[in-house]
Amino acid sequence: MAELQFREALRQAIDEEMARDENVFIMGEEVSEYNGAYKVTEGLLETYGFKRVIDTPIAELGFAGIGVGAAMNGLRPIIEFMTFNFAVLAADQIINHASKAKYMLGGQVSVPIVFRGPNASAGQLGATHSVAYESMYAHFPGIKVINPSEPGDAKGLLKSAIRDNDTVLFMESEQMYGLKGDVNEDPEHLIPIGKAAVKREGSDVTLVTHGKIYHTVVKAANELAKDGIEAEIVDLRSVKPLDMDTVIASIKKTHRCVVVDEAHPFAGTAAEVGYLLQRDAFDELDAPVVRVTLPDVSAPFSKSLFDAWFPSVKDVVDGAKQVLYKS
Amino acid sequence: MTKEAIFTPVGKAAAELASPKQNGKKETSLFEKAVDLPEPTTATPAKLGLKKGQLLEMFESMVLQRRFEERAMQMYQKGKFGGFLHLYIGQEAVSTGTTAALKDDDDIITAYRDHGWGLVRGVSAREGMAELFGKATGCSKGKGGSMHFANVEEHYWGGYGIVGGHIPLGGGLAFANKYKDLDRVTTCFMGDGAVDQGALHETMNMAQLWKLPIMFIVENNGYAMGTATRRHSTGELWERALGYGMKHRVVNGMDVLSVYEAMKEMAADVRKDSMPWFVEIRTYRYRGHSMSDPQKYRDKDEMEEFQSLDPIERLKTVLLDKKMATQKAIDTIYEKVEEEVMDAIEFADNSPFPEESALYEDMFSEPNPVFHK
Repeated sequence: MAELQFREALRQAIDEEMARDENVFIMGEEVSEYNGAYKVTEGLLETYGFKRVIDTPIAELGFAGIGVGAAMNGLRPIIEFMTFNFAVLAADQIINHASKAKYMLGGQVSVPIVFRGPNASAGQLGATHSVAYESMYAHFPGIKVINPSEPGDAKGLLKSAIRDNDTVLFMESEQMYGLKGDVNEDPEHLIPIGKAAVKREGSDVTLVTHGKIYHTVVKAANELAKDGIEAEIVDLRSVKPLDMDTVIASIKKTHRCVVVDEAHPFAGTAAEVGYLLQRDAFDELDAPVVRVTLPDVSAPFSKSLFDAWFPSVKDVVDGAKQVLYKS
Repeated sequence: MTKEAIFTPVGKAAAELASPKQNGKKETSLFEKAVDLPEPTTATPAKLGLKKGQLLEMFESMVLQRRFEERAMQMYQKGKFGGFLHLYIGQEAVSTGTTAALKDDDDIITAYRDHGWGLVRGVSAREGMAELFGKATGCSKGKGGSMHFANVEEHYWGGYGIVGGHIPLGGGLAFANKYKDLDRVTTCFMGDGAVDQGALHETMNMAQLWKLPIMFIVENNGYAMGTATRRHSTGELWERALGYGMKHRVVNGMDVLSVYEAMKEMAADVRKDSMPWFVEIRTYRYRGHSMSDPQKYRDKDEMEEFQSLDPIERLKTVLLDKKMATQKAIDTIYEKVEEEVMDAIEFADNSPFPEESALYEDMFSEPNPVFHK
């Protein structure tokens, strides 16, 4: 174990996998000479050279698609988006090509590719740089979607993503790159995709979450503890496949659930978890599931409006109290 | 007719606007043609290094592509299958000349007008027809249909249904070939409609920048669905190469020898220099965009003009004139192809539909994937 920043954990995963398999390469805007817009790829150019650490023009559709074609033809690309907000320009390649090529050609090709980069909001970046895209991509068959919240998970899951033989989206956050945490340095330590983790044990209420907003949830659990409420935190880690077994096991213990999701409410991950709980754990619930999400409003710039927009510790605490009928 | 007009009418509409019917006959000009064919090659087959056997194979291949689609159209009309059916009829010289000129491990990728491409790259008439019928024995197990013929083992990466979407994939195939130091040329075909898509331009930029061994080849058949090339794209299509400093060429796509000659030369050049080409092959599609196209955007005269330049008839004339084949030998080829196509229909008809369990197969590579329920 070593204490590493989130970006260092990602870099270690990429470095180890590039050393392990010469077909792995990384491509994206500013990944090479600039050392990465968020310094995830710092130093990789020196080790692997321009052939395997490739700066692209600002042409997301083009380089994402070149990645897909290269994956079909035997390589294992890691495509870095400076943010998933820009990946919208490449959505045709992710949704129509990476996720479908295998099926529509009757299994004649595979697309072992990782698209990674920061997702969701990171402060006052305005409406077009603040969107959480995981539930949109999770909607499409053939795509795995990973949203880690801590450096240790990030490394183990990114390694699994790179070794996966199909399309994986790996979502990070600008605001987490400096976050430190324990990281397993064994190059063969992999975390399976689609397995949630119970990050805090508690018997009163289950808080289901994923990605950066996990850290808001941890603070809320600490607040709740001051009131004698012990919350259990389930970190989904992957949105798809969605590990409902772990969520339901926790509900059987607490019988109450709040889903905290840094996305808009309509048809989001929170909505999906809520539906599955009523379908599969209806009799276990002592209160309707509550979700804490962004409002159905684009991200504002102004600090005061942004703070009103982003789910707060208090919103999560209030949600927990609501399902406990203590509000 | 003013060229300054924003919506310059061409084809039938232009002819009617520019010159009211005179004695029931419409005036036409070069500008109003769907495509202006460049001169075909003057090289003889012998000069091109093509032997009699190869020419006969090319001829048979073109006849097969034509007959396969004529029969497929009948089967569609009989209700044997549904979905899309985009016919390649008229353009067979492009697929045939190209595959004859390329090495067997050179990569080919194209859009949805892809039956001919499958047939020239190892998809049998049986596997092709079965795919159209949605049968388990189809080249893509009945999961792709008309738009997704593929034979990846023989370096035909398939047909793709999003206009321009497959162009970056072609760039990626070439990227991987260069990365792995494989001596393979990627040929990325597209229709004239795809020339307007950003995906082409992003890929061309990177291909030129990174010296990818690829050819971007437009099969300009005169129409993007029902919109004439001159109404959907400014200037000449080949001029797109200029902005990228890319090598370029215009080829007569109604003449298989011209396609063969050009592709042979360009493929050799790509192999030597690993620099891309942008190629406009001018051709003509005889049928509508798909089966539901009333073709009101063009008139019979234009169709007849291009049909008089038919690539199959043209090669047949060469074979007969050069005494490489007798009329009897030609007739035998037609009969053989007809048998092959009828056999393919019977095969497709008798083949089973995919098992319901196949619904969940081929989504993922792993043996027991998780499906959200």
